[in-house]
Amino acid sequence: MLELRNVTAGYGHFTALWDVSMRVDAGEAVAVVGPNGAGKTTLMRVISGLIAPRAGELSFEGHAIGGRPAYEVVARGIAHVPEGRRIFPGLSVADNLKMGAFLPAARRKFGESLARVHTLFPVLREREKQRAGSLSGGEQQMLAVGRALMSGPKLILLDEPSMGLAPVMVLRLFDLIRRVRQEGYTILVVEQNVRQVLKLVDRAYLLEVGRIKMEGRAEALSNQDFVRKAYVGL
Amino acid sequence: MIEPVFLAEAAVNGLLLGGVLALLALGLNLIFGVIDIVWIAYVDLVMICMYAVYFVVQVYGWPIWVGGLASVALGALLGVLVHLLIITPILTSAPVNQLLATGGLLFFLQSFATFLWTTDHRSVRLALPRLELFDMPISVARLIAFALSILAMLGLYLFLSRTYIGTAIRAVSQDREAMALMGANPQRVYLVTSAVGGAMAGVAAALLIIQYAVHPFFGAAFGPITFMICVLGGLGNMVGAFVASFIMSEVIAVSGVIWSTEMGYVIAFVVFIVMIFVRPGGILAKRG
Amino acid sequence: MTGARALGLLGLVALAVAPYVPIGVMREYTIHVLVQIFIWSFIGGAWSLMGRFGLTSLGHGAFLGLGAYTSTLLWNFFGLTPWLGAVAAMALTAGLAVIVAYPCSRFQVVGHYFGLVTLAVGEVVRLLIIAERDWTGGSLGLTVKAAGHDSLLAVQFADKRVFYYLALGLWLAGLYVWVRVDRSMARSAMEAIGEDETAAASVGIHVTRFKVGITVLSAVLTAAGGIAYAQYISYVNPDTLAGIGVSLRIVFAVVLGGMYSLLGPTVGTALTIALAEYLRVLFGLKFIGMAETIYGLLLVLFIIFLPAGIYGTVRQLVGRRRPTAVAA
Repeated sequence: MLELRNVTAGYGHFTALWDVSMRVDAGEAVAVVGPNGAGKTTLMRVISGLIAPRAGELSFEGHAIGGRPAYEVVARGIAHVPEGRRIFPGLSVADNLKMGAFLPAARRKFGESLARVHTLFPVLREREKQRAGSLSGGEQQMLAVGRALMSGPKLILLDEPSMGLAPVMVLRLFDLIRRVRQEGYTILVVEQNVRQVLKLVDRAYLLEVGRIKMEGRAEALSNQDFVRKAYVGL
Repeated sequence: MIEPVFLAEAAVNGLLLGGVLALLALGLNLIFGVIDIVWIAYVDLVMICMYAVYFVVQVYGWPIWVGGLASVALGALLGVLVHLLIITPILTSAPVNQLLATGGLLFFLQSFATFLWTTDHRSVRLALPRLELFDMPISVARLIAFALSILAMLGLYLFLSRTYIGTAIRAVSQDREAMALMGANPQRVYLVTSAVGGAMAGVAAALLIIQYAVHPFFGAAFGPITFMICVLGGLGNMVGAFVASFIMSEVIAVSGVIWSTEMGYVIAFVVFIVMIFVRPGGILAKRG
Repeated sequence: MTGARALGLLGLVALAVAPYVPIGVMREYTIHVLVQIFIWSFIGGAWSLMGRFGLTSLGHGAFLGLGAYTSTLLWNFFGLTPWLGAVAAMALTAGLAVIVAYPCSRFQVVGHYFGLVTLAVGEVVRLLIIAERDWTGGSLGLTVKAAGHDSLLAVQFADKRVFYYLALGLWLAGLYVWVRVDRSMARSAMEAIGEDETAAASVGIHVTRFKVGITVLSAVLTAAGGIAYAQYISYVNPDTLAGIGVSLRIVFAVVLGGMYSLLGPTVGTALTIALAEYLRVLFGLKFIGMAETIYGLLLVLFIIFLPAGIYGTVRQLVGRRRPTAVAA
């Protein structure tokens, strides 16, 4: 579904990704793990169109998406839940979700999508009039994921969803991600919390200093040294 | 000693003026909050729309409400043109270049207006009844302008909070990138914002031309006060701008009657400087 | 002696003898234009001391006006020589600079916000001058009281050439200050502040002190420039020496010429003054306002299409021809 070939990207004079190739097939859940500063967020941003690649190709369902602006990539069916959640703090929960369905196609399915989000995350219905900035970290994360679902995507990018969350919340969150996956969405998640995320996904890539160092099935990677040393333990 | 009735009259006039000033400040703030650029030439756009109303009503004889509609439409059009021709090329430039671009527009508008229409003052004369409230003469034009400005602000509030695109505009002002991830083309949001900001300038123009005469350097009179209001209220802060408009207009009106109009501005400035020391983020900002 | 140095020396010699070159009837006018270029380049350079570090002031008219009016009023009413009047004027201007810069820098008012605050300050100085029309003459301006004879004390001379050399000296002094600031610790500190204020503060750079300091320096020099102009023209007026018009013109000239280089402000000022004079002569008294309209239009177009200014664009073009090391 998603394919990257020899993608190089960065900011200004700085190159964060070197010659990255990877793929995500429909229905899969794939993780990209690696230490701080490895380039994981840059990877997400290049896929969703927030930055343009310097070299290489990206394609989604056969369409070239490298260098296309974000609003076009979203329209093709990729939703990006950014690092730090980035919900709209001054807007209500309901308005945040409304914004998620900004695309005309998504607006047509608004009722249906909203019902699905409310089923997955009942707390969002309870707090729908509340100002999003006043939600707890975990609730904000759920809102961010729910908002992404409102656009009716096929692929969901999750950038460090466990960041800043209490351990209990992290477990709940990964459970919810599992349920989202069961609904039929394809997932690409970037995480520092290696142990937990490997329990969630089918395959994983290890990104270090901008390059893919390792890839394989999740169970196989769980036995590797780097997981045992663990970048972030739980 | 100033008779209390004169002070009261000044206070009322200040209130009425505050309404229109608030429109100006809100328009400027809306654009800054979303696009992150200050349109230094904003009040000069108002000036152009004021001329439009003058020509439509005084020269061609159409009724005032037609003039008003023309003004709003022209304002919206000018807003879009400014964004397309001047703002879009410099969206990623350094702040100083962005300020110079809208500053250059100010030069251009003021001198072009001088060239086209000379520096003669022009006003729109409306036959309105005189009103007296507790021995104070109240300008009906001013009263109408105040009422309409409140309506316009209400309209803006409803637009921003109830409509889809209005909510999107608020979202962009809070997090531009995140909104792009929702599938919103930033340029489209900016264009709508510029059109709305321009339309507000158009409304303000229609309300101002019935109270004041227009001339090419009208912006020199109302521009600085608008900027001070925006800073006082906190740049980008809509509620702050609303409150600051009335504070400033009262200061100017009351000082104006105690000393002189220009002193009124100077006092307002002192208030402004003091506020910058006390609350640089604007009067409604949180401390520090 | 390097090529640049030789060229510079040649230029200096040329400027030194310029007033005596026999070009006939155009000489008076040329000297007049050159004096203006020197003075406004000096002012532009003063502005650029702030501008190059991201402190975009759109209100330098405040310092010009405060400076020029203070010294002129002290001379007109008390007969105080402009040399001392300048000291008083610069002190007042420094005070205003601190009042504006201190809260702005403590609370990180930067970019457009700072521009707007300075804009308001500049406009209010103009309004204050107009409001106090009883002793400032209001919008009609004020004439510098004639001393009646050539006087160094009163800084008034019949022969424009004296002003020429004084202005040349002023301009050179401004260049000297620029170079000193450029080579000083302050420059590195300000650049660090410009890049990342929080990081700069965390390594112990006293952000507020530097910002206020550079603002005061810029303001004081600008005031001096305003006084020089007032003495030369023998007339002060709130629109030519305060307010948004003159403030924007200064910024335009500097950005056009190149904000980060020594001669950028001079190049920009020379070009904008030459342009303004040309348009004024072209349109004369016909089509009032057309000269200004074209000026405004050209400035906007320049900003859009030549964002690095002339100096910066030339540098970029020249730099491209030299082979650069391949970046990592």
